[in-house]
Amino acid sequence: MSHGNYSYTPTNALTKWLDARLPIVRFVDEHLMQFPTPKNLNYWYTFGGILAFMLVVQIISGVVLAMHYVPHETLAFDSVERIMRDVNYGWLLRYVHANGASMFFIAVYLHIFRAYYYGSYKAPREVLWILGIIIYLLMMATGFLGYTLPWGQMSFWGATVITNFFSAIPFVGESITQWLWGSFAVDNSTLQRFFSLHYLLPFVIAGVVVLHIWALHVPGNNNPLGIDVKGPADTVAFHPYYTTKDGFALVVFVLFFSLFVFFMPNMLGHTDNYVPANRLVTPAHIVPEWYYLPLYAVLRSVPDKLAGVLLMFGAIFVWALLPWLDTSKVRSNKFRPIYRQFYWILMAVILILGYLGAQTADDSNVVIPWTGVELPIGKLLLSQICTVYYFLHFFLITPAIGLWETPDPLPESISKAVLAKKSGSSAPAAAA
Amino acid sequence: MKLKALLAVVLSLATAGIASAEGASTTAAQHPEPQQWAWDGVFGKFDRQQLQRGYQVYKEVCAACHGMHLVSFRNLSQPGGPEFTEAQMKAIAASFKVPALNENGEVVERTGIPADRFPSPYPNEAAARAANNNAYPPDLSVIIKARHDGANYVHALITGYSDAPAGFQLLPGLNYNPYFEGHQIAMPAPLVSDGQVTWPEGNPPATKDQMAKDVVAFLTWAAEPKLEERKAMGVQVIIFLLVLSALLYLAYKRLWRDVDH
Repeated sequence: MSHGNYSYTPTNALTKWLDARLPIVRFVDEHLMQFPTPKNLNYWYTFGGILAFMLVVQIISGVVLAMHYVPHETLAFDSVERIMRDVNYGWLLRYVHANGASMFFIAVYLHIFRAYYYGSYKAPREVLWILGIIIYLLMMATGFLGYTLPWGQMSFWGATVITNFFSAIPFVGESITQWLWGSFAVDNSTLQRFFSLHYLLPFVIAGVVVLHIWALHVPGNNNPLGIDVKGPADTVAFHPYYTTKDGFALVVFVLFFSLFVFFMPNMLGHTDNYVPANRLVTPAHIVPEWYYLPLYAVLRSVPDKLAGVLLMFGAIFVWALLPWLDTSKVRSNKFRPIYRQFYWILMAVILILGYLGAQTADDSNVVIPWTGVELPIGKLLLSQICTVYYFLHFFLITPAIGLWETPDPLPESISKAVLAKKSGSSAPAAAA
Repeated sequence: MKLKALLAVVLSLATAGIASAEGASTTAAQHPEPQQWAWDGVFGKFDRQQLQRGYQVYKEVCAACHGMHLVSFRNLSQPGGPEFTEAQMKAIAASFKVPALNENGEVVERTGIPADRFPSPYPNEAAARAANNNAYPPDLSVIIKARHDGANYVHALITGYSDAPAGFQLLPGLNYNPYFEGHQIAMPAPLVSDGQVTWPEGNPPATKDQMAKDVVAFLTWAAEPKLEERKAMGVQVIIFLLVLSALLYLAYKRLWRDVDH
């Protein structure tokens, strides 16, 4: 639904006066309250609101942490511990912020994979989708920069590994890397600029989020059926219908978040980050945060550094091409019996890559987690197979299936599909 | 590169560190046996008596070589910790010597006050290495959080010393311990006999295992002094959120009752 059919009328002298000068009340009324939203959105659609909430949580907790944190190589580690010990509720702020980053990524992955499943990237939502990819890239950068700040062993060596990616660039790689470091190695100048950028980027994210929501509010929400809204019968007002639904989902999400903050605050971190950074001791096993693991496995699957780095960035950028690689006219996988299978295969491949990314880089065989069963395939070979499959999924399987697959019949409208489902018909499409 | 790798290996062995030698599969660290800890679980709390005993083990055994520069003496009487009385805590602080400057700017030692941190027995890392066969006894402030499965690991490590198996090449000055990565550790067995520490009446016998458990409890508190506050708040937060989510769910269902969706 685009603009135009709203019914905001200022009711008193003040709002009339304001509406003629800065129509902010109208804006809120149109975009946050009356905004017509498809009435069939399921719980997977609540993660957008959850993500907005998490951005605010991270900014507020981060701003307060920055009042106590000292970005200096000799003081950073101890200043974080001072926050944990001597700052009032400092332990809470830090655990909220550190676990909040993981929660932010859990939510963003579910948000992205939901959009992928229901075809929310297709016309007319390509710009919305690409803005989302940009937010994800900014989140990756912010998360990485933040992880270096405690200046533990993983902070230091993670920063060393990641910044060394840029040294793979031919001819100017070394100069660029030194420019990023502000030095000839990762040291105090690196830490200070990382702190500065870590403080900056969330506000850049907030700006792109505004564009993302703007781009959402031009065509309106997609929905699990993937069909366009046909009229008022298909929608409800955002408030109070989705504010209550999103609010309920948000509280459940915060419950999950709280379990980590209060009862297992260090589970998603690495013990080595409680060892102060030491440039003379390389950890046996440098692992990134869990949310980078699939990409880390892609990186390591190629023996050549430049090729690995290009492949890793390619693995993200390929998502931006999705609106054009997907040749199917049908948005939702609900009506795509073949492509749906490949959706889940891709999810499995990403999970396997994530598992491989957490393993030591040696030539041993894959061991199935928890069972201890060893598979007759090397870790490197499996990551290579998964990486090849990952790119084949986007460049071959997605365009080919879109052309070849016969989708199931689409329902006539959201409201008709809803009524058919309500009357007990097992095939809502048949009613149309 | 080879030199760098070698340096890394030597340093890590010497610092009770985290790096492991290449091809360490035969000397990979043995998994520590899980113990029952008072602070485990959602409602877990520290045992005050155990923390006080653990402090005594720390003071009489560990503090000979290790410091704890993130923990202050005043913390010993704060809620959620060993909860020594104010007077006991001040006496403990006074039993330590801390470096200071006198009015002439000379480095002197003075008796500790509650605001002081647990001092390192060595003035600096070089002095510590010189006194310890080039090994550096790590600061113990967050050691439990700095090792995988920290509480069980430290318990297993300090009780797990044994004679090297036949054919094992032990480097001079190192000790055999299967729980340590590489199995060779610079630290000599800290707990050598039952009754090494004398506790006041009413405490369990000071067996090696009991002393190890108690000092692990103390070090766990030192690494996470707000653990009790965190868990107590967590229970309240979870209960609040459960009630709130139930109310919101009912509001959501009530509101959507008349919408076909």
